[in-house]
Amino acid sequence: MKVYADQAATTKLSSRALQAMMPCFTDIFGNPSSLHEEGRAAEEVVEKSRKEIASLIGAQAREIYFTSGGSEADNWAIMQAAKLGAKKGKKHLISTTFEHHAVLHTLDGLKARGFEVTLLPVHEDGLVRVQELEEAIREDTALVTVMYVNNEVGTIQPVREIAEICHAKGVLFHTDAVQAVGHLPIDVEALGVDMLSMAAHKFHGPKGIGALYVRKNIPIGNLIFGGAQERGKRAGTENVPAIAGMAEALKESLEDREEKNARVLALRERLADAVLQIPKSRLNGDRQRRAAGNLNFCFEGIEGESLLLYLDLAGICASSGSACTSGSLDPSHVLLALGIPVEIAHGSLRISLDETNTLKEVDYIAEKLPGIVERLREMSPVWESLTKEG
Amino acid sequence: MAMTYSEKVRDHFANPRNVGKLDDANGIGEVGNAVCGDIMKMYLKIENGVIEDVKFNTFGCGAAIATSSMATEMIKGKTIEEAEQLTNKAVVEALDGLPPVKVHCSVLAEEAVKAALEDYRRRQENQA
Repeated sequence: MKVYADQAATTKLSSRALQAMMPCFTDIFGNPSSLHEEGRAAEEVVEKSRKEIASLIGAQAREIYFTSGGSEADNWAIMQAAKLGAKKGKKHLISTTFEHHAVLHTLDGLKARGFEVTLLPVHEDGLVRVQELEEAIREDTALVTVMYVNNEVGTIQPVREIAEICHAKGVLFHTDAVQAVGHLPIDVEALGVDMLSMAAHKFHGPKGIGALYVRKNIPIGNLIFGGAQERGKRAGTENVPAIAGMAEALKESLEDREEKNARVLALRERLADAVLQIPKSRLNGDRQRRAAGNLNFCFEGIEGESLLLYLDLAGICASSGSACTSGSLDPSHVLLALGIPVEIAHGSLRISLDETNTLKEVDYIAEKLPGIVERLREMSPVWESLTKEG
Repeated sequence: MAMTYSEKVRDHFANPRNVGKLDDANGIGEVGNAVCGDIMKMYLKIENGVIEDVKFNTFGCGAAIATSSMATEMIKGKTIEEAEQLTNKAVVEALDGLPPVKVHCSVLAEEAVKAALEDYRRRQENQA
């Protein structure tokens, strides 16, 4: 049996999204900037998609800027907010210790350019505290950026409350909502965010396309110079097929969302109950306040990569922390931010499900995982000393 | 970027050779630490200067398991002198290569073998 349980890493393109893309590879081949009929047809696809995506998140079409994905959107939002702040002498930025590296590394770059960065701690439940954020805001704070749903532990941050505080204090607020869009109902007006990043491949859209929502009164600067695309802010001929696919995927994803989430939640809870029967295992992050499909475990005495490889041999695709860091030897910065000891953080496993997963698949994971953990523990000197201690 | 392991590495972590402990080991070496994410423990049973049996326990990634497994195969039945010549490079070559970030696992395998041989020597000296 093959089970794909790594939906937070990426998802399979839906057939509806593919159908929406196909004509843009063939008949609708024009350059959206061209004045002739072929160009107009392509432009129509781009603008219709922009409108669709905007309305699905409660925004206006002119507030949606297409990007190559979530990382680009994060980079753009943060760099520009810093620039806007610096113009007014504000050079302080606030974020959290468990953001995606697209945020953390952008902030590192700004630090090297004379900005001051405060990273809020994340508590053991995987949540930031609104009060700690409030206390961290200063006169010279230009931006607060806090992710909506954490990519590793799936915890849902109090974004609306954070936005409220930021507005009361006149600070811009950006949220990396890459793991939230398509999975949670989102209305940017109700949330009160100023900027929001999203990526299509997290909700069964194509890879290489995403968007940044920017509230219309924010004078965001250019990301790429050289053309009138994206209101002159991001030059380059639009990726028309990907844009069409993204709009269709988001529409499809949000249809019957509540019913889908209830189904995913039931699968997740069933699997969590089964997996937590394994001795010396733990679920990382709050069990309730997390994305419907996310599970993140630690198993003492074993190491995450070997666990993934054995799961892969059994046909199960999962991840250890974030797929982006699988080339590194350090344990997940997210789990360390939650206060999990280094040696335990090494033994982490992220299982991410969505509406395309089935009960059969979840039960297959529950059947295979305990034996694999046991096999690895049998060959682990760490487990040997743990069990000796009792 | 995903890391790709050679077929041999995949075979050695999927079916590790000589896993376990030796109750009658006369040379035991343990290297690495849990904070770094790798610990290898090597058990040797040496008779008349020859490694009659060898077993290992490893906490670590796929490469750590594979290098431990390969190292045990390479020293089993060999003399102490031959086993001392084992290098991490030879282990990597025998596995048809390792991704650059995983080469340190092979160093650990070499060190584990050497630590076990060292332990054997110490025990012999204490007996003498």
